[in-house]
Parts: sequence; C-alpha cells; structure tokens
Amino acid sequence: MKNFLSLVLVLALGGMIILSLQNNQYFTAYGEVDITKRVSESYIDRDVNGGTQAVEFGVANNLESGPANIVTAIVADYRSFDTLGEVTVLFVSSLGVALLLASGKQKRLDLHFHPNFMLRVGSRALFGIILMTGIFVIVHGHLTPGGGFPGGTMIASSILLLYLADDNFRTKVKSFKTLESIAGSLYVIIGLVGLFAFDYFLVNFLDNGILGELFSAGIVPIVYALIGLKVGSEISGIIDNFLTEEVA
Amino acid sequence: MLLYAAIILMMLGLYGILTQRNIIKIIISLNILEIGLNIFIISIGFVNGGVAPIFTGQNNLGSIGFVDPLPQALVLTAIVIGVGTTALGLALAKKIYAKYGTFEIDDMKGAE
Repeated sequence: MKNFLSLVLVLALGGMIILSLQNNQYFTAYGEVDITKRVSESYIDRDVNGGTQAVEFGVANNLESGPANIVTAIVADYRSFDTLGEVTVLFVSSLGVALLLASGKQKRLDLHFHPNFMLRVGSRALFGIILMTGIFVIVHGHLTPGGGFPGGTMIASSILLLYLADDNFRTKVKSFKTLESIAGSLYVIIGLVGLFAFDYFLVNFLDNGILGELFSAGIVPIVYALIGLKVGSEISGIIDNFLTEEVA
Repeated sequence: MLLYAAIILMMLGLYGILTQRNIIKIIISLNILEIGLNIFIISIGFVNGGVAPIFTGQNNLGSIGFVDPLPQALVLTAIVIGVGTTALGLALAKKIYAKYGTFEIDDMKGAE
C-alpha cells in the first residue's frame, strides 16, 4: 500500500515537471538555447561591469575577469563570495563528521586482507602520480577543465589509496586540520584585503594579464589553489574519520 | 531527451527515499535524486553543437559556440554540497550501526 502511494506521488511529481516544461517560454527545447538572451552572455563576453574589450585568446590583456575557463571566471571571480559560502558548507559538514565519529583514542580499521609488498610499493608510486595530477588540475584551474574542487578531491583520493593499500598507514590528521584552517583563513584574508585596500570584498586586485597564460587572472589561481588545499584536506579528514574507530 | 532521463532519475530517487527502510539505501536514493537534479540543470544550458565553455586557441568565437557556463558553475556548487550532506549522512549511519548493529529502521525499534 505504501509503495503504491509512493508510486502515485512520484508519478504525479514527474508528470507535473514534464507538464510545466511544455510550451514554457523560459525552458526552450533541449539544445535550442539562445545564450545571447541569457545573463551568461555577459560572463562570456566579460562585460558584466561594463568591460568593452574584445575577448581573444592569447591576445586580450587585462580583461574584466582573467580566466580562460568561463566556469572558473564565474565560480572564483564573479561569484567568489558564493564559493566562500560553499567552502563553508563543506567545512561545517566535515566538522560534523568529526564531531560524530572522532571521539577519544582512535585506531585505524583493520583490512580484511594483508597487503603484500608489491601492493604497498605500487600504491606509493600511484600515490605520487595521482597527487601530481590533482595539483596540476588545481594550478591550471583557470585555463583547463577542473579547478580547486575536483583537484582537491583527487588529492583526497590519493590519500584514500594509501589507506586502502597499507594497513599501517594513518595520515597526520592534525597537520591536515592546520592546513585546512590556514587555507580557509587566507581566503577570507584575501577577501578582506580587497575590501579595505581596494573596492569591495574579494575584488580581483592583481593584474589580470593576458587571457590564456598560466600567470594570469589575478587572484583567481591563488584563490583556487587555496580552495583546492582546503577541499583536499577536508575530504582527507573525512576519510580518516570513516576509516578509524575508537579503541575499546 | 537528456531532460527526461534526468526527470526519471529524480523520480527514481524520490521513490527510493519514500519506500526504502534501509539507511544506506535512503542515502543512495538521495544521491540519485541529486544526480538527476544536477543533470537536469546542466541540460538546461546545452546548446546544439556547443563546446565546453573554455577559451582556447581553437575557440576564439566569443559568445557563439559555447554551451551555457552558468548552470555548470551552479552545479559545481550543488555537487560539493551533496558531498557534504552524504558524508554527514553516512557518519550518522555509522553511529546508528554502532549502537543498534543494523541499518534497517524496522529492526531498530525491536532492539530497544
């Protein structure tokens, strides 16, 4: 009976969504969007605050917003304050996980198998490669797909690999907490420098440089690197909390 | 078509949340609902023949030829928040398992 009621409710919801999409002027058919009628056009053309320069890769100098990756321009420049809130949400949730799971003396969970020599050495080699890929993705966040969030997750996944392949491994949780708080504080401090020394909170106060170069886009790569460090250490902390247990 | 696939995923996730009695399955249903929602939001910004919204040496076209970057930026936020809620939910589930020895909500009532 309960399953039937749920089915009816779910079908009603799906039907309502599909009905509301028919002939809706705000939801054009799939793939037939006209970006020139949307706010995104300003993000692409970099004229949200009245920038007039033409956006050309490798040529355009000191645009309103520097990153070649438009998603990064939105996340870490135009809507950076939003991202600060998002990082705070992740921080609070990792704090909640630590509050629930980390209490008293901890020891790590035992693996159900004993890792042999090859597995341990191989995982160390892979660890370096995954870590470097994560750092690459973070550093090039303003030029290529990726950025602080995926790169930070890659760093955390390299830590997870070490946990799974070595039954004696345990990260230094304290240093991760320190790294996390330093990265988070620096993000806010950069914002406050923008507020007091320049115009407004999190203003991009460095030179934007030439579109598409590694050293460009002002504070965006710095902010994204901080986000990457913060996300990586937070998720590593969560992994550690899940893979440890209280000593009885 | 992607739009309807996303709606079906959302419906599946909601159905799972309403009917399942296992905590892990409820959390996974929540994740399916969220993935459906994310695909829905991304699909709103798709443009036929559009490329990823990144300026490169080959892509110098201005606003023509890119897919909409704004939904992608918003979904990035949603994914991170989803990770946070999932981690917190799983931590709660682990705590519950340590206390009752089961993930089934029905068995927990009997255990008290």
